[in-house]
Amino acid sequence: MRWRAPSSRALVLALPFLWLGLFFLAPFLIVAKIAVSEAALGIPPYAPVARWTDQGALALVLNLENFTLLIEDSFYLDAYLRSVRVAGISALICLLLGYPMAYAIARAPEARRNVLLLLVILPFWTSFLLRIMAWIGLLADNGVINNILLALGIVSEPVRLLYTDAALYLGIVYCYLPFMVLPLYANLVKLDPVLLEAASDLGARPWRAFLAVTLPLSLPGILAGTMLVFIPAVGEFVIPELLGGPDAQLIGRVLWTEFFTNRDWPMASALAVVLLLLLVLPIAWFQHLQGRATEGR
Amino acid sequence: MQQANLAPPGAPEPWRDPEAAPYVRILGVTKRFGATVAVDDVSLDIYRGELFALLGGSGSGKTTLLRMLAGFERPDAGRILLDGQDVADVPPYARPVNMMFQSYALFPHMTVAQNVAFGLRMEGMAKAEIAERVGAMLELVRLGGMEKRRPHELSGGQRQRVALARSLVKRPKLLLLDEPLGALDKNLREQTQFELVNIQEKTGITFVMVTHDQEEAMTMATRIAVMHHGYLAQVGTPAEVYEYPQTRLVAEFLGTANVFEGIVREAGAAGALVEATALDAQFQSDTDPPKPVGARVFIAVRPEKMRVRRAADDERAGTNRLVGAVRDIAYYGDFFMFVVDLPEGGTVRVSQPNQARITELPITWGDRVVVEWPPLATVVLPE
Repeated sequence: MRWRAPSSRALVLALPFLWLGLFFLAPFLIVAKIAVSEAALGIPPYAPVARWTDQGALALVLNLENFTLLIEDSFYLDAYLRSVRVAGISALICLLLGYPMAYAIARAPEARRNVLLLLVILPFWTSFLLRIMAWIGLLADNGVINNILLALGIVSEPVRLLYTDAALYLGIVYCYLPFMVLPLYANLVKLDPVLLEAASDLGARPWRAFLAVTLPLSLPGILAGTMLVFIPAVGEFVIPELLGGPDAQLIGRVLWTEFFTNRDWPMASALAVVLLLLLVLPIAWFQHLQGRATEGR
Repeated sequence: MQQANLAPPGAPEPWRDPEAAPYVRILGVTKRFGATVAVDDVSLDIYRGELFALLGGSGSGKTTLLRMLAGFERPDAGRILLDGQDVADVPPYARPVNMMFQSYALFPHMTVAQNVAFGLRMEGMAKAEIAERVGAMLELVRLGGMEKRRPHELSGGQRQRVALARSLVKRPKLLLLDEPLGALDKNLREQTQFELVNIQEKTGITFVMVTHDQEEAMTMATRIAVMHHGYLAQVGTPAEVYEYPQTRLVAEFLGTANVFEGIVREAGAAGALVEATALDAQFQSDTDPPKPVGARVFIAVRPEKMRVRRAADDERAGTNRLVGAVRDIAYYGDFFMFVVDLPEGGTVRVSQPNQARITELPITWGDRVVVEWPPLATVVLPE
């Protein structure tokens, strides 16, 4: 085979792959390496995986203890399951809130759509951390909401809002809702209204027309939005840390504790690797469904 | 106005029967969108089993009228009766009316069979019966074996037939067709025209079709309503509308017409004599003119009803005879179109059938020619 000059197409494809290789694959391999090494006192706080023995041979020491501990200690497993549950419920709430929003924007007069979309992404113009802090001010025992409730005489003593599961869900849904609305909007705006007229013409009442036509055709948007909310929410650290209760031991928090408080880098790395693998599965499933959906266009 | 019976022999013509009850009655219907009046006080009776065409250019209100029949738009004034029932307040999903959309509006996530079955499923029909009806309908539109395909796997003509099957399978009282052949290429269109008419005759369902294509309306429809700016310009059989246009607009919209201005000099049941205002000529017709002596009128003469020949040296314009110079000759294959410049200004278009395989035309560019026609071909129109 003769060597040929790389085409511009190959170059265009190579750039993102290079980027992903440098900033995603390489760090992942480093983390994976740390995950199978032994914890040690020192800087860095783990023992090298490969070392020379006294006999001059290269010894490869793979420490799988962290992974067995992950399975055996229910603390980690619980954290994983809790994270998946919190992310799943949050994604569901986002879907239930975001679908009507996206539908309304897609059906709004064209001139008004851009304004409505701008309002959806407006919160991004403020720092994420700042917005979470603002929720603390709203939810705290002596915060805005409790003060109003007290002043109106609805409650006689402050209601516990902050550091509860409700605050945790509120924070996640609030932060991730735009990620649900935007892909849903992009999908719903493409839906030809004539299809709904056809359904109505053929005897479908509005609600049945929605179930039979709009909903199945918006499935790719639903999947994209759900993944965009679910995946980052599983590993979310800041919101549970700032708004959630002490028992909201989600995987992001556990990881943080292992890494910074316990300085157990190998354990933290093992957690990260498993988390990543757990997230790759739904993404692969999503890609599969997406491929099938686009095939039908 | 005297009118020959132009319908094919034996064809039922319920609109000529004063006893016949119309199946669809559109009574004084008006629809406005903001400041524009899309449909302006239209009244129209359509009879059972007709293939009725609403013909007009864009913005003529034909589609709005169709959408009011389907229930997608509500008339601002007037009533629509279907088989005696006022349907103004009946939503589209409850009307015994189905529509074939211009874009077909096939559901992309459903197979051909699922698309056709949709309407029956919404009725709650039993599965076995649905399968039977869908199968029979797909046979009728020659789509047997395509049940499992998705719309994107079909050709344009096949998609059109799925759309037709889907709208027919519920056996509606009225089938509405919005530009049914608009998306097909020319050869397929002609074939599909005949197919649509055959299916209409087989099923006996009343069809109302919207089209901007006068040829489509003429070849398919039992009657045509020519619409313009929201009002009905003329309603009649294709032959009536073509041969006896009542306005200049209808004469020019259907086919080609040479239109001249004139003043009525003689009028009677035997015919009319009209003096041209801008030409040194007169027009003789064999029908009673719509205006009295002295009134300004328009004269319309169709190009195919005129004859063209070389002029003798001293020949001049006269009654139903014009003289001019050939400016253009267009060869259409089946006929020639001559464009003749008149000395007073203006042009006349004359078409001549290509009967012999002429390699050398007896008439060529620049020739001085005579254009003649019989009184039968002269149509007098009110101004």
